[in-house]
Amino acid sequence: MIKRPFFSLKQPRFEYQAVSGVPIKPVKIGTSKQVKLFLERPFDSKAPLSIKIGDPVNTGQKISPYEGKEEYVISSVTGTIGSISSFTGDFGMSYTAITINTQPEDVFDPAFGESIKENGADAGKDFLAYVPGNLPLNLFFDPEKHIDTVVICGVEKDLLITTNQYVMKSNVSNMNKGISVLKKMTGVHKVVIALPQSLMQEAGAVGGASGVELRVIDTAYPAASPRIIMRDVMGQVVPAGKRCEDMGISFINAEAVASIGKAFNDKTIPVTKTLTVIKKDMTNVMVEARIGTPIGVILKALDISLFDKDRIIIGGPMTGSAIYTEEYPVRPDTDAIMIQDSEDIPMISDYPCINCGECVRICPANVPVSMLVRFLEARKYEEAADEYDLHSCIECGLCSFVCSSKMPIFQYIKLAKYELEQIRIQEEASDD
Amino acid sequence: MINQKKFIVSHAPFWHDGSGVTERNYHIILAALPALIFGIYIYGIPALGVAALAVSSAMLWELAYTRISKMPETIGDGSSALIGVMVAMLLPPVMPWWVVIVGTLLAVVIGRQIFGGIGGNPFNPAVIALAILGISWPQYLDFNAAVVNYNLDFNMLYPLAAAKHAGLHKDLFDLRELTASFSAKDLLMGKQVGALGSTFGLGIIAGGIYLIFRGFIRWEISISFLAGVFITAMLFNAADPTKYAGPVFHLLTGYTLLGAFFLATEDSSSPVNCLPMLIYGVVGGIMTVLIRNIGAYADGVIYAILIINLINPLLDKIRPKALGKVV
Repeated sequence: MIKRPFFSLKQPRFEYQAVSGVPIKPVKIGTSKQVKLFLERPFDSKAPLSIKIGDPVNTGQKISPYEGKEEYVISSVTGTIGSISSFTGDFGMSYTAITINTQPEDVFDPAFGESIKENGADAGKDFLAYVPGNLPLNLFFDPEKHIDTVVICGVEKDLLITTNQYVMKSNVSNMNKGISVLKKMTGVHKVVIALPQSLMQEAGAVGGASGVELRVIDTAYPAASPRIIMRDVMGQVVPAGKRCEDMGISFINAEAVASIGKAFNDKTIPVTKTLTVIKKDMTNVMVEARIGTPIGVILKALDISLFDKDRIIIGGPMTGSAIYTEEYPVRPDTDAIMIQDSEDIPMISDYPCINCGECVRICPANVPVSMLVRFLEARKYEEAADEYDLHSCIECGLCSFVCSSKMPIFQYIKLAKYELEQIRIQEEASDD
Repeated sequence: MINQKKFIVSHAPFWHDGSGVTERNYHIILAALPALIFGIYIYGIPALGVAALAVSSAMLWELAYTRISKMPETIGDGSSALIGVMVAMLLPPVMPWWVVIVGTLLAVVIGRQIFGGIGGNPFNPAVIALAILGISWPQYLDFNAAVVNYNLDFNMLYPLAAAKHAGLHKDLFDLRELTASFSAKDLLMGKQVGALGSTFGLGIIAGGIYLIFRGFIRWEISISFLAGVFITAMLFNAADPTKYAGPVFHLLTGYTLLGAFFLATEDSSSPVNCLPMLIYGVVGGIMTVLIRNIGAYADGVIYAILIINLINPLLDKIRPKALGKVV
């Protein structure tokens, strides 16, 4: 944990983890006995299902359990369907969890390879929504949005993580293939790669011939946040309340691009996720595990012992989310797992704001946090959004990090945004 | 599920830089100690009594208030102790006990708790208490009267009152001679009559610099306050040296240093953005000298700080445009 320095005249500066030198070989985690895949659709026990328990599945097979619905997951192992149940995530997100009991031998599903023969690059449209790296495919084929620029993030959105940088360094050929397929598949004109200075050497080989722009991202957190990249690198400020996609720019992790390339090079859908595991002493290890592997299996393989009152975080220390069970699986967007010892966990408090102003001065988006939080505490969300720039927040977590009163400011902000979104959805529903 | 380990789940971020309200308050008390201890050393047991009574009664008032109003007890955060220390430092070294207790009652209950406790007070609690005491019982807050039984080895006159008097009666006194008798070195080393904790300039400056470097108070407020005092006093002095004392005299006498480092910088009643902090400090400095030179009071710091506390919410509206703000 970064502590406040003894002399703190200046605001602290947090550096992203840099990958320097030769890439460290990642630890390969063996296939676990059971994997769990989350389908982004609430579990509906009454809906007709196209799969049933005991059905055999192959590695790379597309599983869309609800008849007539498009959502699908890609099986990361060969085996049989073990169970189909409901899983509730943060902020009311509800998933259909499909567990697969694994068999030792992989049998690869041929459907994707055949589709490539038929449709070329367009095969990706139907098969690649669940690749490692969280590819936002729907954005490109949403008729209401016109994405013309893709920013490939060779940087991490949070501290201590090295996943995307590692992929950039070690997957140059897959990256190149991925970029060309992505261009064909989606019809975007402009590809920008955002990466730290330390990767400029290696990444020069990426897309060098195909007219890809390389842009350097500052190493101070939160320079790699999409909205900050939009302002500092793309020279466009995203209006508060709008998203980068509304400006025609989509952000894709380097790993997702490498996954596309790998899929087209190997003619099978990749199912192995690269992730950073941050241990209790804040050192990190690169790990490769199949999507759906329970977190507990990975920690056991790395000899990390967990006790009561420790904390498991999916993502980094600033913006991740804590989970309550070791059974939680690796998902396509799981870039990091962080383990905190119970002694290192700072407590939050219900103390009122004392107006010291640390949050206001550290906020990269110039949000008047000290005023905002008073409105959020009183649940005055509309006023907070109208007068105190709630929607300008880029969700970096720095305000809570420096708060003298140890208020959960970031949680208040997320909650307010969620509540406002619910109100908006209700209003739209009542208008129809 | 039965034998599952229980993990702590909470919202991001999962780190904290370790700063805290208690830590802030205790560090400010620590920084105030040199000046306070010096005052006790000079004036002896009566001053010690004032200081001890102020701190203890401030804490007890808070405890009583939170008990009666069934609020969570916040006595441990050092905020009331800090108010007690500040009230003690602003009072003359010899005081009737009941004035001290009434002062801390005003500071803690009227100045802070009725506005919702820590972080809600629109004025600096210690300053508002002093303002009310000064209007209610001016005879007890007369520094010359308080030290009448002391005979120390320096000029036993309250410098600001003497200077004001001399400026008003030019035919009887020579102001320049008077201010020359208070040398800057004497004022810095505490050889002046004044409030319990406001005479030892060097100690207050050392404490203030410590707080600024540790990041507990903002340099913008302190430096601009001092600059405001200095420049305004210099202009007055240049206009009529026989009526108005010089800038260094104004900086080192009365509550000026205490105001700049400890009173104006109180978190809740001061702005948080850079430009507002500068304006806040400068206005405070200007008002201080205006009240001293053409107002009715010998020392203007108390009322100047109340005035800038008043304009603080307005000032804090001057802020940089938020990212992507749609006007």
